[in-house]
Amino acid sequence: MIALARKRHIPSGGRSALPAHAIATPDWRAVGRTIVSILAALFLWAGLAFVLDDPAHAPGPQQVLPELFEGLASGKMLPDLGATLWRVGLSFALAMGIGAALGILLGLSRRADAWFDPWLTIWNNIPALVLIVLCYLWIGLNETAAVMAVALNKVPLVAVMLREGVRARDPALSEMARVFGMGFVARHRHILIPQLMPHILAAARAGLALIWKVVLVVEFLGRSNGIGFRIHLNFQMFDIAGVLAWASAFVLVMLAIEWLVLAPLTAHAARWRRE
Amino acid sequence: MIALDLTEKRFGPTQVLGALRLEVARGEVLGIEGPSGTGKSTLLRILAGVDTRFEGKMQAPSRRAMVFQEPVLMPWRRVIDNLTIPTGASEDEAEHWLCRVGLSGYGAHWPGQLSLGQARRVGLARAFASRPELLILDEPFVSLDAERVDDLLELTARLISETQPAVVLASHAVRELDRLATRRAVLAGRPARLTAL
Repeated sequence: MIALARKRHIPSGGRSALPAHAIATPDWRAVGRTIVSILAALFLWAGLAFVLDDPAHAPGPQQVLPELFEGLASGKMLPDLGATLWRVGLSFALAMGIGAALGILLGLSRRADAWFDPWLTIWNNIPALVLIVLCYLWIGLNETAAVMAVALNKVPLVAVMLREGVRARDPALSEMARVFGMGFVARHRHILIPQLMPHILAAARAGLALIWKVVLVVEFLGRSNGIGFRIHLNFQMFDIAGVLAWASAFVLVMLAIEWLVLAPLTAHAARWRRE
Repeated sequence: MIALDLTEKRFGPTQVLGALRLEVARGEVLGIEGPSGTGKSTLLRILAGVDTRFEGKMQAPSRRAMVFQEPVLMPWRRVIDNLTIPTGASEDEAEHWLCRVGLSGYGAHWPGQLSLGQARRVGLARAFASRPELLILDEPFVSLDAERVDDLLELTARLISETQPAVVLASHAVRELDRLATRRAVLAGRPARLTAL
């Protein structure tokens, strides 16, 4: 992850006119470290492929990367990347929305938690594949079933993480809000949500990593486009370099989301800790 | 003016507070002392409107403020926002109250950048920024050194005298009660009852 660090002089008087994110600058040492780390992984991969000397079963970066760059540069991979990204985005939004609402409810109400905690435990332990197969059987081999299957896999994880966040909140702040008569919206915006933010971001990170893997399985089993579908075709042709090239394309997209969206969001949410 | 006519306060089977009556007029400071664990904080939480599960009646103004044992600031909001958000005060008013507690120019700081003494001053500024009719002070100067306590006592006494809220102060420190309280009472016993001194 690219770490964002900020050094900031606090003026001797008044409020800063600059929003915090406006003066965020990358930590170039961390960027350099990340690049070196990725290059080291590539060299290790290339070394292993060289030692094994079997490009059909253990292709190295020299076989996979040209296929990946050709697919991206020619635009051949883009429709499938887009289809997978759309499914990831939709299921992610659904899972985060339903999971967060459920987690907050269970965190706030002991009674609701006492009733629904066993449900959540069972739900969390149902294998992803079972939910996928059931959704396809019940709803049909369509887009709704695919998105539902992925979201249903992720909801209990988000709910558990958010429930723990609500439980860990500082009761003194809630009391302060009540004494001063803060309204419903203000209490949630300034007291509850900031305390939940680390949990929301952790759930988003863990969720995104889980969701795209489940999306691939969903596409593998029952869709006619997307990275999972392409991996299925390459699997049938025993094209291991092709499998790795398609998977790498989506890894790149997910890394871009991590670096361009999640990391800056995390840095912005935690800015009060660093200054 | 606040008037509490409490019959009892229980936590489950345990009766913490017994029957007690309490009235404080505007400009008056009622100092409540008593051993730890007798229910001073419970009584203050009832007066603050945070705990409404008690037997009895209470008449209290709607504009209430409290200075807590810990500063209880929102660490993710800047100092000035810690005044404006809970109290509804404007930024100018918040700056005014920061200035009054000796923290002029600290509005853009995060609470985590303040010392404990400064954070307590912010807590005091927040309480007065809400222009309270009832001000509750729950051991507001605990764990500060003697010199800082003296400064804060002088400051608090001055602000109370200027704004004239009804004040209820709970403290173990005789010095704080001597300096601020116009009337004193002891909370003691099981269940605890209030005895005027």
